Amino acid sequence: MTNLKKIVGKQIFIPIAALLILILFNLCADPSFFKITLGTNSAGNPVLSGYLVTILDYGSELAILAIGMTLVTAASGGQDISVGATLAIAGSAMLKVLCGGATSASVMQAPVIVALLVGCIAAMLAGAFNGALVAYFRIQPMVATLILYTAGRSIAAWINNNELPIISDSAFTVYGGFIPGIPIPTPFFIAALCVLAAWCLLKFTTIGLYTQAVGINENSARLNGINPEFIKFLSFVILGVCVAVAALIKISRLSTINYSVIAKDIEMDAILAVALGGNALGGGKFNLWASILGAYVIQFLTTTLYKFNVQSDALPAYKAVVVIALVVFSAPTVRAKLTELSKKKSRSVQLAGKEAA
Amino acid sequence: MKRKLLAMIMTVTMTGALLAGCGSSSSTAETPAASEPAAASEAAPASSEAAPAASEEAAASTETAETAPASGETIKVGIINNDPNESGYRTANDKDLKSFFTAENGYEASFAYSLKNDEQITAAQKFIQDGVDYLLLSAADTAGWDTVLQDAQDAGIHVLLFDRTIDADESLYDASVVSDMAKEGETAVAWLENQKLDEYNIIHLQGVMGSAAQQGRTGALDTKVGENDNWKLVTQQTAEWNAEKAQQIVQSVIDSGEKFNVIYAENDDMAKGAVAALDKANISHGVGKDVIVMGFDCNKWALEELLAQNWNYDGQCNPFQATYLDEAIKTIEAGGTVDPKVIIMEEKGFDASEITQEDVDSYGI
Repeated sequence: MTNLKKIVGKQIFIPIAALLILILFNLCADPSFFKITLGTNSAGNPVLSGYLVTILDYGSELAILAIGMTLVTAASGGQDISVGATLAIAGSAMLKVLCGGATSASVMQAPVIVALLVGCIAAMLAGAFNGALVAYFRIQPMVATLILYTAGRSIAAWINNNELPIISDSAFTVYGGFIPGIPIPTPFFIAALCVLAAWCLLKFTTIGLYTQAVGINENSARLNGINPEFIKFLSFVILGVCVAVAALIKISRLSTINYSVIAKDIEMDAILAVALGGNALGGGKFNLWASILGAYVIQFLTTTLYKFNVQSDALPAYKAVVVIALVVFSAPTVRAKLTELSKKKSRSVQLAGKEAA
Repeated sequence: MKRKLLAMIMTVTMTGALLAGCGSSSSTAETPAASEPAAASEAAPASSEAAPAASEEAAASTETAETAPASGETIKVGIINNDPNESGYRTANDKDLKSFFTAENGYEASFAYSLKNDEQITAAQKFIQDGVDYLLLSAADTAGWDTVLQDAQDAGIHVLLFDRTIDADESLYDASVVSDMAKEGETAVAWLENQKLDEYNIIHLQGVMGSAAQQGRTGALDTKVGENDNWKLVTQQTAEWNAEKAQQIVQSVIDSGEKFNVIYAENDDMAKGAVAALDKANISHGVGKDVIVMGFDCNKWALEELLAQNWNYDGQCNPFQATYLDEAIKTIEAGGTVDPKVIIMEEKGFDASEITQEDVDSYGI
């Protein structure tokens, strides 16, 4: 019983439980969901395919964004809703560099790393703008980021003079596709790298601790010698880097960009990932791994819905159901009721647990 | 304290902006018209009350246009369009209008953009107050235009619709330059039938549900699938004109292992997304390959895909409406009426086996 309680009490339990429910549902409905086959792609390289690979592939951008969003949430106690628009800005800047300013290019005009750096700078500037408004001007995060949410896609279009640049170099599709010879989609590796970087950041610097301290109580953090403004500012800039990396994957998938629809509503998915990870949306303590898992759970849900031919414009409704369930379960009154209930029924649960074992 | 200060600053700037907005609009209303109706419009900016004031002044300005010889005088047009960033089609459409309605061609054009109907209606009211001669309109939504178009008519302003029709009485506008979306769909489906496949297993990617383009292009295919047993829809999903969504939908079909041999995407972006998914899974596409790829809108890059034999068909949706509009305006200026009111533009469908570089250059947008 104590073990069970320990597991249930852990923060990462929520996304794992959600994942298990989805897996169970798919097992019952159609076990072929879990089939993975090894094939070859049009370039003659081996590739894995199947729904699970699709989830790992398409969930990666969201996982990367969830890293930054978790930090922003923890530090500022609010969310950045300009992620999609910033992603459009970063993607637009990258394509401008890659196409050398022209509207189309058959070969990359600059190395990808240069484009990524330019994209990073663009997204970090946007992040710094948001961060400055939140940290130094003390505007609510959702209001501050509303500015770029509204203006970002127009800025993205302006960068390329309203043209939609296209790059038809097969070397560029690697980042959203497959590395020749490796059958696992590249976005998954990029996400793994980002997770590793985030792990190092939390492990070898004090930023994780400082972020939590600022999120829990700004004033006591200040009294302990932490500069809360800078920590908040920094979290937005880090989110900017995450956005730039996600933008690289997004534009590589299609080798082009459409300002008005690229990464549409992705900020909502990123916030949902943070919530699904059991993180308090009001800031404070956070669990990065739970958020990342939450991101893949959301993609799991999306892919499942696509498999059952749910109309894609109805997807948000299903996500809304998840949000409602989450909000209800995390509400303090419901929690209190639940613990009361579990205390009352602890005996019967114990018995049931024994039987199940 | 800090917060209060900030709040105060923001309030001051906001009211300032509001006042500035009021000031400019009322000043434009005052200058050409008599002072009394202008005062009325200032006192009550509600559309119903402002309209008569605007109508008088506009009537005055149209009168001057009529008394002056038709040639040599500039014609004032107010153009309300959707956001040019919406799609490549819209960008081309906006460019075409901007390059045609210039001072050299005898026009004085002002532009307003929005994807929202209420903002477009506000822009229309402003143009009516400014006293334009012609109101050119590509409505975001089909409903809600009756009152403002009635105001325009009372003010003696000619209304021309382009690209999109509206649910309003035909007497409220002078002409409507549109694409026949249903015909676009029929042309494409007829082309597909001509390919004489034994079986048609189609992935149908739809645009935003309810838009004219989606309804027209879906209608033709739905009819055909209903009539023939060997035409089957593997999946019919809306990808909302979005390449990313299209890619995921096609990926899902590929993962399921269902067989398909046609992709009918209602615009080029979605076709591109679908092709990206096909490429990933090593499914060949194009002329003489496993999967037929069809798109709409004739983006330049899409026609180049056709030229490279990677796609099979692209249906045109003509964004070059300026010359048609100009013709209608010339007719009205000469004292005639446009008959029939609905002008349907000529549109083509391109086959990858016949397309030439010349087509790409002249029809690509």
